[in-house]
Amino acid sequence: MPEPPAVELVDLRKSFADVVVLDGLSMRVPRGGVHALLGPNGAGKTTTVRILATLTRPDSGSARVAGHDVLREQRRVRRSISLAGQHAALDDEQTGAENLIMLARLAGLSGAAARGRAAALLERFDLTDAAGRRVVTYSGGMRRRLDLAASLVGTPSVIFLDEPTTGLDPRSRQGLWELIGELAGAGVTVLLTTQYLEEADRLADRIAVLHGGRLAAEGTAADLKRRFGAQRLELTWRDAASFAEAARRLGDRVIHREPARQELSVATDGSAPQVRALLDEVDPDRHGLLRFTVREATLDDVFLTLTDRPVSNEREVANV
Amino acid sequence: MSELTLRGTRAVIMIDRCVRLSRRNLDALLTSVLLPVIIMLLFVYLFGGAIETGSAYVTYVVPGVLVLCTGFGAAGTAVSVTTDMTNGMIERLRTMDVGATSIIGGHVVASVARNMVSTVLVLAVAVGIGFRPAVEPLRWLAAAGVLLLFLLAISWLSAAFGLLARTPEAASGYTFLVMFLPYPSSAFVPVETMPSWLRGFAENQPVTPVIESLRGLLLDTPVGSAPARAAAWYLGLLAIAVVLSAVLFRRRVA
Repeated sequence: MPEPPAVELVDLRKSFADVVVLDGLSMRVPRGGVHALLGPNGAGKTTTVRILATLTRPDSGSARVAGHDVLREQRRVRRSISLAGQHAALDDEQTGAENLIMLARLAGLSGAAARGRAAALLERFDLTDAAGRRVVTYSGGMRRRLDLAASLVGTPSVIFLDEPTTGLDPRSRQGLWELIGELAGAGVTVLLTTQYLEEADRLADRIAVLHGGRLAAEGTAADLKRRFGAQRLELTWRDAASFAEAARRLGDRVIHREPARQELSVATDGSAPQVRALLDEVDPDRHGLLRFTVREATLDDVFLTLTDRPVSNEREVANV
Repeated sequence: MSELTLRGTRAVIMIDRCVRLSRRNLDALLTSVLLPVIIMLLFVYLFGGAIETGSAYVTYVVPGVLVLCTGFGAAGTAVSVTTDMTNGMIERLRTMDVGATSIIGGHVVASVARNMVSTVLVLAVAVGIGFRPAVEPLRWLAAAGVLLLFLLAISWLSAAFGLLARTPEAASGYTFLVMFLPYPSSAFVPVETMPSWLRGFAENQPVTPVIESLRGLLLDTPVGSAPARAAAWYLGLLAIAVVLSAVLFRRRVA
């Protein structure tokens, strides 16, 4: 019998009061590797993870983790998973070592085994020097590392990380990315949520884009770029008037605009005939266009195409 | 490890955790130890001279101070439970399959232990300023039993309130309620001195039988039905608290 997938969701629905958060989400996450749930705020990422981690009950549909149903086989699911949420779930007034030993013992290890596991995790997450300090004295990055270490005290086969690097400085984020990559290398399935495109691009073997409580697209970063972004033609205009005129001509074919720099982007396949035709079309008088550039699609383009939100806002979110 | 052993072990780990956290929370620890002593000194030296109780006032007031202060300390359980429920710890514990009994039980047992320690300290200071209890081991044991039951019920009720409160600040409001309840009782002044409507409340409210029991048992005077009434009140309240916290926990995490 083939191994069941790490995660399998079928037509999952969940509303809070009148707000529909998951609207028939179906997806499969194969075993092993890093998988990203990518989406804007309110797309349903956290709710999905909470349902998978047995913390929230879905209204309907089914969710299985490592082959176990989250409602009917809650205990088995809990033995297969661990969760690191948006807030580091640690006791501030216990030391790093005390937190890990406590959690390891709760996971069923004997006292000696728990101390050994804690020491090994502290070493691996570069926290040995801080092991005897109370968590309240830790920096944000150290807390996240300890939180990640805490999610490994048992022997989970699937780890859920809900926005693991939100609020971290770039160096700490980099460090955490390496650690998450190593986890997957050791055979664990990592499912993380993120609103950072860069994070999904760098870290994830496969990306699921959530939008409005549904799966908008799923695949590797390269797949998604190919399918939804292709290439784009960036057009820079001489002045505001020619920019406005071109924008009017292109209408909803504009995939990106930067009025401050009088720049518009449209999709292209990059071929000379198509680019030439496009240029003739948008600037028939050969007057307003200053420059053009053909660019590879970025994950931003995919994200924007799929989530269909005002471009300017998304740029800000994506570049944080 | 069998499921039952694992559950037992987890309960012990959660108690150990809460005891350690209370030891580390210096503010709360100082409050729960210093406050009783200060209140006792306040009553004995400031108000005591003006209150006629038929015996040395320190002798009269110590049981009331014990109840006031340990009640206040136990009510602090509400704040620690709410903190656990709101800071993400609860979600980690739930995904590790740690049950409500272990989580709530840890807080309750730590609270009882903490307040037994402050009881001993208050008694030591009380003896220092002239409290002379009777030396009667069995009666001491009975007094300890009554106080233990009182603490257990108040702690568990506090835990239930902690599950109800959305923020630690709201939870701390509960401690004030518990702190005020001993005043309209026989804790500080004999109920005979109160206006009749207040006296009716003071004689029948749940704190009074605890105070009457402690007073009688520690001073070797007749206790009448006070211990039985105290047991009835607090076994009842404990049962309510246990059921209520189980229901609230389930509702809170649903």
